[in-house]
Amino acid sequence: MTTASSTDPVPNRIHARPVPRPGRWVAAVIVVVLAAMAVHGLVTNPKFRWDIFWLYLRDVTVIRGVGWTLILTFGSMVIGVVLAVILAIMRRSDNPVLRSVSWFYIWLFRGTPIYTQLVFWGLISVLYPTLSIGIPFGPEFVTFQTDVVITAFWAALLGLGLNEAAYLAEIVRAGLGSVDPGQEEAARALGMKESRILRRIVIPQAMRVIVPPTGNETISMLKTTSLVLAVPFTLDLTYATNAIGNRLFEPIPLLIVSAFWYLLITSIFMVGQSYLERYYGRGTGTERPRRTGPRRPRFGRQAAIKASGTAKDDPFLEVTP
Amino acid sequence: MTPMVDVRAAHKMFGDLHVLRGVDLVVQPGEVCVVLGPSGSGKSTLLRCLNELEQLTGGSVRIDGELLGYREDEAGTLHRLHPSDIAKQRSRIGMVFQRFHLFPHMTALENVMEAQIQVLKRSKAQAKAKSVELLERVGLGDRMDHYPAQLSGGQQQRVAIARALAMDPELMLFDEPTSALDPELVGEVLAVMKDLAAGGMTMVVVTHEIGFAREVADHVVFMDEGVVVEEGPAAQVIDGPTQDRTRDFLAHVL
Repeated sequence: MTTASSTDPVPNRIHARPVPRPGRWVAAVIVVVLAAMAVHGLVTNPKFRWDIFWLYLRDVTVIRGVGWTLILTFGSMVIGVVLAVILAIMRRSDNPVLRSVSWFYIWLFRGTPIYTQLVFWGLISVLYPTLSIGIPFGPEFVTFQTDVVITAFWAALLGLGLNEAAYLAEIVRAGLGSVDPGQEEAARALGMKESRILRRIVIPQAMRVIVPPTGNETISMLKTTSLVLAVPFTLDLTYATNAIGNRLFEPIPLLIVSAFWYLLITSIFMVGQSYLERYYGRGTGTERPRRTGPRRPRFGRQAAIKASGTAKDDPFLEVTP
Repeated sequence: MTPMVDVRAAHKMFGDLHVLRGVDLVVQPGEVCVVLGPSGSGKSTLLRCLNELEQLTGGSVRIDGELLGYREDEAGTLHRLHPSDIAKQRSRIGMVFQRFHLFPHMTALENVMEAQIQVLKRSKAQAKAKSVELLERVGLGDRMDHYPAQLSGGQQQRVAIARALAMDPELMLFDEPTSALDPELVGEVLAVMKDLAAGGMTMVVVTHEIGFAREVADHVVFMDEGVVVEEGPAAQVIDGPTQDRTRDFLAHVL
């Protein structure tokens, strides 16, 4: 062994040989060969009809389908989130009627297939040909034709949103439950009212647990929108590409067109989600506090919540039944 | 003179567990009352009943002459108060917890401002001025923009004291305020409490700090198994206890 350089602060630095790991090389080679075979098969097989794929990738009907799919995804998530917060708060209520109704809603909408629910919403105008606003069991003031008010689009949106609310309600409930009860107690001791405690103290801390799985649900919803043909709503991405594929007797390239778009949108969501998660799970609470300049309270705030350990870290806490 | 705290024959059951078994306690305005006792003696429960965080199973609590949690009609029937009225009663009683319970998503300043704005409806400017004054008083003038996680335990507890004081309480309750602190941080919190006592604040303190009790308390209560075993001036209870149980306890903690 040569003498260590005089600047090395560790005079007896260890220069050992690593453990030989031939298995790693073998495994890597096998996996690379398999992957190359898969790519080769994809590119060289003429039955994939990449020419049709390229032709229809930017087809007007397909792009319009992407638009409708996005509208359905975000619209139903908005309905879902609003309803979920209401359901989760009902679930925590002292009122046994509200608690049971919330439990029943979640039981029903989580316990039946989304496909069944979508067909049901599609048939709502058969079940109830007219809808009225009036006094319950009493006189009616305004009456609508159901099939005029609840079009296929609204039936699809409602069906997806009402179903999603049941799942999100459990996520919100887990989030609210993850906040240290001492927080509520401290706020109560200060004389704050229950509604204020929820809004100012509990919900901001619960957001850390609620946001990541909600991002997950959004990605899941993007693909669930392909089921709206059950309503039937026929403008979304899957229906559009299937229709073209059937017309051309070329289902494969059109399936790949829709898969491409779903993947692209999911990838964009994933980037967004990773930013959200970094933002909500950020830091260790040791960064410098802000002193001057524009206020960016959210950043240190989330780090502080995390560091305090008053909210449990597990985003899937009690969510799965 | 109306006592600040007047507890009569307080009983508290948690299911089958009889935690308070007929406690009487009177604290005069401006008095510092220290409650001592082994863990499980019911002292924290008693304190939590003084601001309705727990409800008594039997007996009554009066704060400054006002019945806590209930309204009594001419016939002597009790009517439970609406939660917003109980919240109003609580807002006049400050409480400091063993585990601080600062709001982690707010800075020290925002923690102290929050209830002033939400409960007392003070303007932001008023609340801020009051908070700055209080945080300076507890020695944290240079830590106002820090989040709780960026503060030491002693600093957090001082913020918690400032947060309670911001409501201009007529009574302060301390539930083992130094038990969760590293030994070298206990002194800074006790110093703030001593300062508060010297300023004439009425305080009920549950603690194991016998030194603090001897130095600051006007009135020491020793509890065991849900009853008051012995009470009186600090010097009498701590240095010349008459009950065996008090002597045993003090021999263990001193």
